[in-house]
Amino acid sequence: MSQHDDTDRVSGRSTTGHEWDGIKELNTPLPRWWVLTFYATIVWAFGYWVVYPAWPLVSGYTAGVLHTTNRAAVTENLAQLEALRGEKMKALGTASLADIENDPALLALARARGKTVFGDNCAPCHGSGAAGAKGYPNLNDDDWLWGGTLDQIMQTIQFGARSGNAKAHEGQMLAFGRDGILKKDEIVTVANYVRSLSGLSTAAGYNPAAGKTIFAENCVSCHGEDGKGNQEFGAPNLTDQIWLYGSDESTLVETITKGRAGVMPAWSGRLDPVTTKALAVYVHSLGGGK
Amino acid sequence: MTNVSAGAKSMTIGEATLWPLFAVLAFLCLIGAGFAHDAPFAFHASLGCAASIAAAFAILNRYYDRPAKPPPQEINGRPNYNLGPIKFASVAAMFWGIAGFAVGLIIASQLAWPALNLDLPWTSFGRLRPLHTSAVIFAFGGNVLIATSFYVVQKTCRTRLAGDLAPWFVVLGYNFFILIAGTGYLLGVTQSKEYAEPEWYADLWLTIVWVTYLLVFLATLVKRKEPHIFVANWFYLAFIVTIAVLHLGNNPALPVSVFGSKSYIAWGGVQDAMFQWWYGHNAVGFFLTAGFLAIMYYFIPKRAERPIYSYRLSIIHFWALIFLYIWAGPHHLHYTALPDWAQTLGMTFSIMLWMPSWGGMINGLMTLSGAWDKLRTDPVLRMLVVSVAFYGMSTFEGPIMAIKVVNSLSHYTDWTIGHVHSGALGWVGFVSFGALYCLVPWAWNRNGLYSLKLVNWHFWIATLGIVLYISAMWVSGILQGLMWRAYTSLGFLEYSFIETVEAMHPFYIIRAAGGALFLIGALIMAFNLWMTVKAGEAEEARAAGRLQPAE
Repeated sequence: MSQHDDTDRVSGRSTTGHEWDGIKELNTPLPRWWVLTFYATIVWAFGYWVVYPAWPLVSGYTAGVLHTTNRAAVTENLAQLEALRGEKMKALGTASLADIENDPALLALARARGKTVFGDNCAPCHGSGAAGAKGYPNLNDDDWLWGGTLDQIMQTIQFGARSGNAKAHEGQMLAFGRDGILKKDEIVTVANYVRSLSGLSTAAGYNPAAGKTIFAENCVSCHGEDGKGNQEFGAPNLTDQIWLYGSDESTLVETITKGRAGVMPAWSGRLDPVTTKALAVYVHSLGGGK
Repeated sequence: MTNVSAGAKSMTIGEATLWPLFAVLAFLCLIGAGFAHDAPFAFHASLGCAASIAAAFAILNRYYDRPAKPPPQEINGRPNYNLGPIKFASVAAMFWGIAGFAVGLIIASQLAWPALNLDLPWTSFGRLRPLHTSAVIFAFGGNVLIATSFYVVQKTCRTRLAGDLAPWFVVLGYNFFILIAGTGYLLGVTQSKEYAEPEWYADLWLTIVWVTYLLVFLATLVKRKEPHIFVANWFYLAFIVTIAVLHLGNNPALPVSVFGSKSYIAWGGVQDAMFQWWYGHNAVGFFLTAGFLAIMYYFIPKRAERPIYSYRLSIIHFWALIFLYIWAGPHHLHYTALPDWAQTLGMTFSIMLWMPSWGGMINGLMTLSGAWDKLRTDPVLRMLVVSVAFYGMSTFEGPIMAIKVVNSLSHYTDWTIGHVHSGALGWVGFVSFGALYCLVPWAWNRNGLYSLKLVNWHFWIATLGIVLYISAMWVSGILQGLMWRAYTSLGFLEYSFIETVEAMHPFYIIRAAGGALFLIGALIMAFNLWMTVKAGEAEEARAAGRLQPAE
């Protein structure tokens, strides 16, 4: 209708005169702030290229007036870290476990180091708060499978339990049911006996005398006559309220039937001696260290 | 037999060459399935065989059913637009969109509750994550781009789409590529290159489809009835050409066997990383930016019924955008083995990219001048305009995150995920929704949408979802970055990695909730579009007649 009217009435601007499917374009000039900001970013980029490594050449590149590199920055950061903790870590390396316990500064350092190592290596099984999980011991209490002194903890961390390492803790709970040592009803009976050791309720019709006999004939060699366990074999104390796999009858029946042989890896090849020492101190300090 | 027109009927060159080609392809796929070294390859070869047979039959069937003459270029002096492939791609876009958003919700929930991995290989995060990204970017976004580009190029060139079978080949072939890629991910078939996961045979197929797409688009431009090429078509063309170059550059690979799904990429080490992020960043730049800017340049002025704000700005920002974007990829590799100089270039070009990106935002938003009141009454236009606002936000955030010191905090954290999704959900998602809300009534020849009220619900639910999503990821990303770099006074890391994971948990739940809202919005949209096609008659038209605000 209005071929000659190339002005948009709303904005008062002329259009380019083209039209596509009813769409026109205004002849609006570039916004000034837009152009200026665009120029500013270009100027800034040129400046940055002068200062920092920027353009590839036939061999090499323009290094920039500051001659900075990522690699140099990393080296410097590592040097700063070394300056901050290098000497102290050396002291930690030469100190014995007992020395560390007696020196508050060394103790704080070992615990700080131990905490980071624990989070990245031990937390997947023992939990980030070291509270453990089913099959993975809680490290905050004073109930220890393999001993809770600094040296014993150190030993366990270094070589593990049933880890395949020559110095690892060995010994396992036998599969009394699967291997045909005990019959099903005997297992239920002795499971109830084990529950009674820590004052838990027993099932109706349970025969305490039979339970005691089965226990005496099969379990005392590792768990002891009083059921208080033996850290030499990693045999848990059955008289306390702490259960690695669970205290209900069906879990106990499963434990006795199939046996248990949880694995703790050996860390001696993976963590350096100073780190292991710090980790042992940290675990010992969690609350249950002896 | 007595039908005269049947006697005069002869096959077009396309029909006469394509159906035998598909027959040969079916045979080759059959051989591939028979000699396959692995089950996924056998499965894909069987799919290829079935699809080829179906294609050959469809071509022959179409030939016997069609009139002797090809469809006319014009009817009564008006272009006879080809809408069939557009309709198919629109429906496919909606389908893949919902599938992709749903998988996104699943993997977001898996991050919050890992048990949802179900301990099955097919449902693990590692396989579902590429399924999500490919489904939303390439399946949803790709179909939206194909549908709108085929529509826009016809309307703005005032001519029927070039080719007879070719547009159908593009649409169906592209969706077959999606099928092969997606089922491959679930079966563990991957090149392990982000956003370029499909294996060699899927890549080869996509190359053929994409070149056809380029030819159809170019041929339509060539036979245009308008003296000048509309701005949206520059952007579409830049998108199609550059995606072809990126695809070929990033994917050269040597298959272990022509009968197996595994291949090894030609590049190695830092060169491979450089190629990968040159590809990855420009997939963002040319697929998710240039392509969707093309949509913006047609659908916003069309819907607002206003002229484009500045022709000059559209030219300058177009050329600046495509020249600068292609250099910015190395900002994905800050503080890695990539040489310092390449990192510098990636960073500085990203900064220079800020204004060229914003040129599109200015043109999109300012086109509304004189029509701002329509935002109150038209939720479709509101969706389009808010998409441009999200575009502006994420193209500002992008250059900021490309600065090395900022990147040292943001890299590898959820901040990146938040940034991507403000662009993906806010910009790409909303501009696509807006375009589909316009396109479906136009393509199916309906007066308007079934319900503007439902569009309004979609808009607000999805917007709330986006806000929840990106704010959760900003907080969690920055928190994560700060926790990773925190040192104690004794010089040890303050937090173990697992503690940072624990800290993310609440934000992962919020993010999943945001994703769920976005999905709900899309389901409302699908219902609305379905009813539009089925029932048609428009509340929109009536509302326009009453001249009352939709609220």
